[in-house]
Amino acid sequence: MTDYWSMAFVFVLSTFIGLGVIRRVSRLLHTPLMSLTNAISAIAVVGSLAVTGADYPWIIRLLGAVALFASMTNIVSGFLITDRMLKMFKKE
Amino acid sequence: MSHTIAQLSAILATVAFILALHWMNDPKTARRGVYAGVAGMVVAILATWAQPEIVHHGWIVIAIAAGFLVGVPLSRVPLTAVPQRTALSHAFGGLAAGLVGVAEYYLWLREGPEHFTTFRMTALVAEIILGFLTFTGSLMATGKLQEVKWIPQRAVTYPGQNVVNLGVLIGAVVLGAFIVANPTAPWAATWFPGIIALALLFGVLLIIPIGGADMPTVISILNAYAGLSAVAMGFVLDNRLLVTAGALDGSSGLILSIIMCRAMNRSFVNVLFGAFGAAPKMQATGEQKEWKQESIEGAAQILEQARLVVIIPGYGMAVAQAQHKAQELYDQLTKRGVTVKFAIHPVAGRMPGHMNVLLAEANVPYSALVEMDEINPEMPQCDVALVVGANDVVNPAARTAQGSPIYGMPIIDADKARTVLAIKRSKNPGFAGIDNDLYVKDNTWMLFGDAKAVLGDLVKQFSTSGMH
Repeated sequence: MTDYWSMAFVFVLSTFIGLGVIRRVSRLLHTPLMSLTNAISAIAVVGSLAVTGADYPWIIRLLGAVALFASMTNIVSGFLITDRMLKMFKKE
Repeated sequence: MSHTIAQLSAILATVAFILALHWMNDPKTARRGVYAGVAGMVVAILATWAQPEIVHHGWIVIAIAAGFLVGVPLSRVPLTAVPQRTALSHAFGGLAAGLVGVAEYYLWLREGPEHFTTFRMTALVAEIILGFLTFTGSLMATGKLQEVKWIPQRAVTYPGQNVVNLGVLIGAVVLGAFIVANPTAPWAATWFPGIIALALLFGVLLIIPIGGADMPTVISILNAYAGLSAVAMGFVLDNRLLVTAGALDGSSGLILSIIMCRAMNRSFVNVLFGAFGAAPKMQATGEQKEWKQESIEGAAQILEQARLVVIIPGYGMAVAQAQHKAQELYDQLTKRGVTVKFAIHPVAGRMPGHMNVLLAEANVPYSALVEMDEINPEMPQCDVALVVGANDVVNPAARTAQGSPIYGMPIIDADKARTVLAIKRSKNPGFAGIDNDLYVKDNTWMLFGDAKAVLGDLVKQFSTSGMH
């Protein structure tokens, strides 16, 4: 039996950590911030991976594989474009 | 053992993600944030892949390879296309959450009713509604930003629109609630796809009344939804890492949405259901004033004699790809001892921070990029305000004209500068369809033409140097 209350607890605390950390992000970097958080939320990759690789009927694994492809695209393009943009910010 | 590895790696990845966002607080450390993010992601993927339940590897390898094949080109789009790339990636995020939700539901159906606890089912329905509405909503936003032919760019409104939209959403939620209450009823599995269909439909309907000026806010809201759908997936799969990472993304979207809404003096509800484009046209009051046009030579002279020039870029600069010419003008003026600053309105462009990225790409140092709140006290000392493709964000009607759709929106006080030079492509009003008094003020001079061409001509004046 899963302890859902502790999950809810984790959710609330991480939201507050997120709010605290992101409020301090430089306004200059809001576009890269969005592509970075995008890549991070593609952590859905772990869920997709578990569905794709487990011993389930093929149709369910196919849904997982499409989700895995979508998440992986976000991870790759998200991190790469964030870095590409950040490289351009120079002080002088 | 494998359980320990999974939990440990989840903690490590969470720490890496929080550090990644923390390092974004300064452009100097920001790239370190990307590396931390990549590290966290790699740890999470490897730890999951190493679990004993993962027995089939072929499709995983194919899907990951396909992700690289599509992801790498998507990361190389021109920076003017970053808003649509971002919207597209929100769509992918929503799709992934939605599909995993569907897969889990049918798995539970197969494996037996013990899976259908109320809590889990509620999370699953939330995951599916959020995931699929984010998917189609973000695809629509991508289409509008990419200016795809068959999606109208302007806000499209019709009578009863809000009732229809809310009706569809309520329909999805009510249907979801029924299925949560009777997850094992024979009709539940039959009606389950109905939730998906309604959520997909709602995403489309939600974006139809959104115009370009609202895009920064809407992209931020979709960002929050994508994060929340990942959180819901975490509840469904009993995975804490999904909950923490999704919550970080969700709170980022939330904060950006709040900043964007404040910068337009509007509420969430107003952005989503208030269709900016539908605002009634203001009646022309008083005498109609005339534009005053300035020549390139004249404008160059005004700029050269200034001590402080503030350039105010808007979406027009992005459309015309004029950021490089803006940088050359910045160089020419700086060389002549003129102080040049770029004033950045939070909602200038089509997504949060859009102008900063374009100007950084053109090699403008970020110390020259100044936020609205910082530049406004300086505007009365500013000799020349040069407006490049911005309109609503410098419209003084926001301060004075009660009843104007942009009334109360904070603006950059271009009108307080001693002289205003405004580059404008045509004499049409801006995106919100509102007249701009700034252009007919006594100290305003217009430069009509494409932003890139006009800035290029100005630069030429300085570099061929008929100027002394």
